[in-house]
Parts: sequence; structure tokens; C-alpha cells
Amino acid sequence: MNRALAAALALCLLVPACGGRSSNRAAIQNKGSDTLVNVAQAWAERYRDVKPEVAVSVTGGGSGVGISALINGNVEIANSSRSLKDSERAQAKAKGIEPVEFVVGHDALAVYVHRSNPLESITLAQLAEIYGEGGKIARWEDLGVTVPGAEGGKIVRVSRQNNSGTYEYFKEAVLGKREYALGSLDMQGSKDVVDLVARTPGSIGFSGLAYESDKVRVLKVSGGEGKPGVAPTVSTALDGTYPIARPLFMYTRGQPAGEVRAYLDWILSDAGQRIIQDKGYAPVRPLGGR
Amino acid sequence: MSTQDRPSGSPGDAAAGPPDRRDLAWYVDMGVRVLVFAGGISAIVFIFGIFVFIGKEGLGFLTGPFRPGEFFGSTAWRPTSDYPTYGILALMAGTASVTGLAMLLAVPFSLGAAIYIAEFARGRTRETLKVLVELLAAVPSVVWGFVGLTVVNPAIISVFDVPVGLGVLNSGIILGLMATPIMTTLAEDALKAVPDTYREAAEAMGASRLQVVVRVVLPAARNGLVAAVLLGVGRGFGETMAVLMASGHSINVPTSVFDSVRALTATIAAELGETADGSDHYRALFTIGILLFVVTFAINLTADLFLRGRGRR
Repeated sequence: MNRALAAALALCLLVPACGGRSSNRAAIQNKGSDTLVNVAQAWAERYRDVKPEVAVSVTGGGSGVGISALINGNVEIANSSRSLKDSERAQAKAKGIEPVEFVVGHDALAVYVHRSNPLESITLAQLAEIYGEGGKIARWEDLGVTVPGAEGGKIVRVSRQNNSGTYEYFKEAVLGKREYALGSLDMQGSKDVVDLVARTPGSIGFSGLAYESDKVRVLKVSGGEGKPGVAPTVSTALDGTYPIARPLFMYTRGQPAGEVRAYLDWILSDAGQRIIQDKGYAPVRPLGGR
Repeated sequence: MSTQDRPSGSPGDAAAGPPDRRDLAWYVDMGVRVLVFAGGISAIVFIFGIFVFIGKEGLGFLTGPFRPGEFFGSTAWRPTSDYPTYGILALMAGTASVTGLAMLLAVPFSLGAAIYIAEFARGRTRETLKVLVELLAAVPSVVWGFVGLTVVNPAIISVFDVPVGLGVLNSGIILGLMATPIMTTLAEDALKAVPDTYREAAEAMGASRLQVVVRVVLPAARNGLVAAVLLGVGRGFGETMAVLMASGHSINVPTSVFDSVRALTATIAAELGETADGSDHYRALFTIGILLFVVTFAINLTADLFLRGRGRR
């Protein structure tokens, strides 16, 4: 019994010692947006082949979490699907930190409906009437369509939990000053939104374009009355014709140097940008052929 | 640390039977005593620690942006808005409706199952049933939530022809299924605790088996059965994961069983992970935690009082 305990203790002491080699490896902590987490993970994994001596560890948690970790000095790079709030800038300043912003890609926020829904295109104003408080559009008939299998023609609004970057961005880009109407189904993740829409004939939801599947339809979105609807694609997100595309950010504490600088340079290089494109997001600039 | 130092003295004094011979056996004995004692009081220490922690985190909200009228009377839960409002009325309605429906479905089933297992089933049947009921209690709640999402949801949509199957009915069914094994086991214990002499006396008076159960055993076990139901209510009230997945997570005061709702527990689970430490939103979530803690504590205490009452009857 005692011997087993001693052996276990020795093992506990040994294991970190074995890993002690890593102490002369550079470590970069990277945390934040759930929208970016898959891409950030892919970058970190691929970077191991480029520079084996640098270990990048990635965690999600949300844009706000990453930014507060950056301000508290716990991470070198924060991922965010929204730009820094004024309050966060002030907090950082109070701690003597000047966050530096890098746009690492773009995400088209796609509007999803059930595959049986005949609607082709929707305007931002219509989206605001569906999702905004006091909105006037509650039924599919109001948009001139009938959806088979959707009882009463009621629009089932699918949204995100109130502290996701996607929720914030949609509010800012579509609702403006308006609040969300209460009573939407608030999902925990980007993928959950698409999954629920796929199962619910009368529903509408918004999520990253990367989560598109053949079980749902993606609507064209028009910036205003009379303007043509634009399908979200990598190129329309990039050239700005798709009205609800957002930049994705990485923030560093001050101007990055050393390994952090090298990592960001690699992310912004063609090799790094090809990875984000493969994950279904738009790169920061059009990439040449492979 | 201090909790371990203190008990090591007192049980030692109590152990002073024969003259102290501090040999190996004495030390082993002592060590085991301390361990058992620490294990025994750890539950109290943890509960107290949790209460202090939740209270400390929630206090900043109660003394700050907390307005009782808004908190309990408004449905507008908009903690991340530029003009935040913290109304939990819809969340309380969500928790209450889901728990209520779950009990409506689960109580008849579990009491029926308990009566059958305790009074009618014999031998193999009885043992198999007991094991199966306990197995049901071991299913993780995320699995129940998944069942709600992928099995009950489409079933409700196709049977009742409603737009969404995630709501009061779905989570009520799932929570009912989750509470049933616990209530069955506790209710069966309560029935078993009724002395056999009661049954023998009733049978000797010529009562049928049904009469024995309905007129003698059930009234005698009443307190234990109430406690079983109350603990089932507590289970439903505190359940998080399954409700989060099956309720639709929608801020809504339900007017029908098909409406999507949002539970207090699910709100904490969904939002706490992405809230900045120390923000008003973070503290408001802890205040909901205090509310949940107090209600669960009250339910368990009541159940406990009923259980104690059983002996005196």
C-alpha cells in the first residue's frame, strides 16, 4: 500500500520533469472567440510542422473571455469575432496595455432556413423586423411565402446566447440600436443553430458560413430595398458586397515581437490564409491558386 | 488544514481506554479515525464553502444594480445590452412549468412502480426491477438531453403538428424520466419501512391485498412518500444539462406545453462561461445561484422534516 503510494508520488514528480524539455520551447497562449476556435486550432497544429520549437495552445470561451485574459496578462494573443469595446480599451489602458489589432480573416454571417423553405432572398430591414423588439414580421406569409410543415406559418427565431460575438455582431449590423425581441431559441454554439434549423421547418437562424450543410438553405441577403440579394461566399465576404460579413481579429499586448510576431506573420502569409479558407472563412486577401 | 488538526486531538482523548500504548496499531487506529471524521465533516465544510463562495460573488449584485421589482417581476433578461435589465420572471416560470409537468408525469409512475416492487413483486421479478430502476438513475443527464433533442423533439413535431418540439412538454417528459428512478427507490424504501406487523394485522382482519396497500401501508408510509416526491422535485429543479438541451432555451412565459422556455439553471450554464469575472452580469448569475441554492435547500429540508416525522407517527 505504502509502496504503491510512493510509486505514484514518484511518478507525479517525474512526469512534469520528463516534460521539462519544453521549458526551452517558446509557448504562446491563444484564447477567445468560439467562431475562430477551430481555425486557431488548425493554425496551431500546422505551425508545429513549421516551427516545432514553438508551442501554441488554443482555448475557446468567447471573444469577451479572450480579451479579458489578454488584459489580465494571461494570454499573448486574444481571438475575437468583434472589435474591442471602448470599455475594454479603457480597462487595458488602466493596466498600461495597448492592444494591437490584426485582421486575420473574414466571416460571412449566413442566414439559414429549412431546406423546404422556398424563400430566396431577404433584406436587412426584414431581418430586423423578424429579430428586433416590436418587429412586425412574425409569419412566413408576411414575407410572401408558405413553408410546408410549418404550422400556422409562424417564424421560429433561432439566435445565439447573449454573450457570443456572433450575437453582438448581428445586433450591431442588423438591429442597430434596437434590442432583440425576447422569445428566440438561444443556442450555445454556431453549429447548434444550423442543426436546429435543419430539424425545424418554420425556423430561421444566423451563423457562420462555415457551418453550411445540405440539410439547410442559405438565403441571399440584400442590403436594402431594391438592392439585389447577395449570396454569402468567400469572395462576396472579401469584396464587401455581402452586407453582413465581419472581420475576425487577433489582438496582442502592444506591438508583438519575437515568436508572437513570427506566428502572426505566418498566419497572415499565404500558407496561413489557405488554412482559414479551407475552414470555410474568407482570407484577408484573394489567394492565388495552390 | 485547520479542520484536520482539530479532530486529531479530540477523538484521541476519547480513545483513552486502556493506558496509552502508542504502538503501530494505535497509530493506524488514530489515522483511520481522523480519516473517517474528516470524511464525515467534509460534506458540511464543502456546503458551507459553496454557500460562502456563491454569496460572496452574488453580493456585489444584490448591493449594486439589484432592484427586487425588476429582478422578480420583469421578463426582460438582457444582461449584455447597453442598458442591461435583469428580469428573471420568465426564467422562474420556465423552471416552474418544466418541474411541474415533470412531477405530474413522474409521480404516478414512480409511486405505482414503488408499490408494485415493494408490495406485489416477488423473487426474481423484484430484484430485476430494482436493478433496472437503479440503472435508469445512472444515465448521464447529457444523454437524456440528447434523447430530448433527437427523439422527443421530432416525435412532438409530428404527433402534435407544432413548429418546434423543444419546450415545456419535451423537457417535462425528459425530467420526469430522470426523476422517476430516484422517487421510485425512495418511495420503495418508505413502503419497506412500514412494519410487517401492520400488514399481518390487516390481513388477519380479512382485508384484501389491495385494501392492505391502500388503507394501511400507504397512510403509514405517507411521510416517506412525501419526502420521496419532494426530493424528486429538487432533482428536477436543479437539473441543468438536459433542460438546457430540451427546453429550447427561449425567454418566454409559457402559455401552452408546446412553448419553448428557459430554466434558471440552464441560464447560468449557458452564460457563465463567457462572462467577464466580476461584471454585473457575472454577479447577477451568481444571484440566481443563491436563489437556486435557497430553494433547493428549503425543499431538501422539508423532505428531511417529513422523513423525521415518519418515526414519530
